[in-house]
Amino acid sequence: MELLVATAIGTLTAAGIYMILRLRTFPVIIGTSLLSYAVNVFLFASGRLALNAPPVLRDGVEVYTDPLPQALVLTAIVISFGMTAVIVMIAVGSYLSSDDDLVNDPDADADQTREGAA
Amino acid sequence: MTHWLVLPILLPAMLAALLVLVARYHLTIQRVFSVAGSLMLLGLALGLFWQASDGTVSLYQLGNWSAPFGIVLVADRLSTLMVLLTCVLALPVLLYAIGSGWDERGQHFHPLFQFQLMGIIGAFLTGDIFNLFVFFEVLLIASYGLMIHAGGPKRLRAGTQYVLYNLLGSTLFLFALGLLYAETGTLNMADLAVRVSTLDTANSAGIRVAAVLLLMVFAVKAAILPLHFWLPASYSEAPAPVAALFAIMTKVGAYCIIRVFTLVFPPDLEITQGLFDLWLIPAALLTVALGMLGVLGAKSVDRLVAFSVIGSMGMLLAAVAVFTPTGVTAALYYAIHSTFAAAALFLLVDVIRSRRGAAGVSFDVAPPIVGGALVAGMFFVAAIGMTGLPPLSGFIGKLLILDAATASDLMWWIWGTILIGSLVAVVGFARAGSVVFWKAHQPVDTATEETAEPEPDPEPTSVLPMVSIGGLLALLVALTVGAGPVTRVLSETSTQLFNPEAYIAVVLTTPGKEVKDHHGDDHSGDHSADSHGDDGAHDAEAVAPAATKKDH
Repeated sequence: MELLVATAIGTLTAAGIYMILRLRTFPVIIGTSLLSYAVNVFLFASGRLALNAPPVLRDGVEVYTDPLPQALVLTAIVISFGMTAVIVMIAVGSYLSSDDDLVNDPDADADQTREGAA
Repeated sequence: MTHWLVLPILLPAMLAALLVLVARYHLTIQRVFSVAGSLMLLGLALGLFWQASDGTVSLYQLGNWSAPFGIVLVADRLSTLMVLLTCVLALPVLLYAIGSGWDERGQHFHPLFQFQLMGIIGAFLTGDIFNLFVFFEVLLIASYGLMIHAGGPKRLRAGTQYVLYNLLGSTLFLFALGLLYAETGTLNMADLAVRVSTLDTANSAGIRVAAVLLLMVFAVKAAILPLHFWLPASYSEAPAPVAALFAIMTKVGAYCIIRVFTLVFPPDLEITQGLFDLWLIPAALLTVALGMLGVLGAKSVDRLVAFSVIGSMGMLLAAVAVFTPTGVTAALYYAIHSTFAAAALFLLVDVIRSRRGAAGVSFDVAPPIVGGALVAGMFFVAAIGMTGLPPLSGFIGKLLILDAATASDLMWWIWGTILIGSLVAVVGFARAGSVVFWKAHQPVDTATEETAEPEPDPEPTSVLPMVSIGGLLALLVALTVGAGPVTRVLSETSTQLFNPEAYIAVVLTTPGKEVKDHHGDDHSGDHSADSHGDDGAHDAEAVAPAATKKDH
């Protein structure tokens, strides 16, 4: 279980970082989504992994899992969903108004902003 | 428990929703409500500041749940000071946006502005670190909307970069929070302070990673050197009033560094030793160097101002990183000063842009601008403030920083970088001022007067923008004249920060709502059902029973 979760977080993070370093907005947005999945699983694991344990108080149950990370993950999912929607809209707007979907500034006099994409 | 403390967050939130729902197509109503709301907010902020000025720490328990389980808002000297700074900045910026007509150039300027204020004030007031993340997102999502206000390809491109960069910052923040929770089992800042101080120093890899990650997240917000890339493009492409409001956003990062690293990870804590001496001071000094070189190398006035903001953040963080009460006092004074100076400069850049016609804010030769004397004079004053020449408050701030730096081992590095950096900034600003205002091409004056006349909006003649810039500059002068009382208040603030016992005691010992003991098995079901009636995230946090904390 621990190995599975840890591998999943690692793979998602690695893939996300790779995608973020791409030049076009679509892969970069996919990359941020992958990273937010990774962080969601990570947050979930921060309350320790417990199998088949309820998060809320119930009769005759001795072992509980920590409910707080589940609430945190829920908040994080909602926020990252909203943020992804916003970035998709802005990226589409940027694509439609300038006819390319590069993250970089096309003009050469804005060298400093190059790295801003990464 | 009074509800005053939550009002500065509720008021802009309600107002923004009201503006969207009711006054969507009525700009005049939006303007009236927005200004009235900002005035009320200023009143509230003054009240809170006065309340905290005798050293009391006031607490507001959301949903009346007591501290480690419920979310709390805490108003101490630092929080109320920053809230007051935000509200004082918001008013002239808003007046400028109205006077210059920026709020007409796209929809929803005023609601977004209010949401932005709500996020910033919430971030300053919250006592819960996950809640801090939520307020970060509130202020960010409002800033995304403001950033691309009025559209345009370049602005949208810069907006995309800004949003992407901040999405990554948020992801890092969540990783840091997950680690903090895994190591300590709490997210309340006061509770964190207690638990972190009792952690085993031999087994502290996790908490140290969390501390560094948090520092990185706040460094992204504060635009410290390796993480500053988002700032120049965003600030120079953002609409002027928005860029001026963003002057407080970098200070949110600085505030979080000061707050978290005096309360949760205090300077004498063993597990985070060396974090500041080794990393933050050099990073801050490199930020100063980069900002000032950027000022010198910029090809347009807007970028020059954006880089000067980076440089001033470097100076501020150099003072913070010394981590003595005098250092924090100096940093706070400089933070107030640089917020007003940067805001005034961003607004002036917009005035220059709208009056210079085709040349815009680039360093090309262009005809003299309409009403040039007043604009040039204001630019001169703001530049003196920003570069820290006497007699304005930048000079006093810089003296305080240099004085605080004597406590550091890296004193000569700090002195050298700041002094040379200031000189470079003076050269950069002098060049900008002389190109834009003095080298304006006289001979073609009459010829271009007609062609240039229809180009700028009729707005430049309006008084309101000039009044609001003048107001910001007057604040700089007031800060200079009142430097004595201000630094006294600030040094009391930093004394309170370095003695967090009162803060922790107030947060953790104030009793909250009575929770029924579920001794009978039947009641336990009721209990969870009851708390579901409360609002979303809070109830889950509140239900988190003491049992789950014990297993850590």
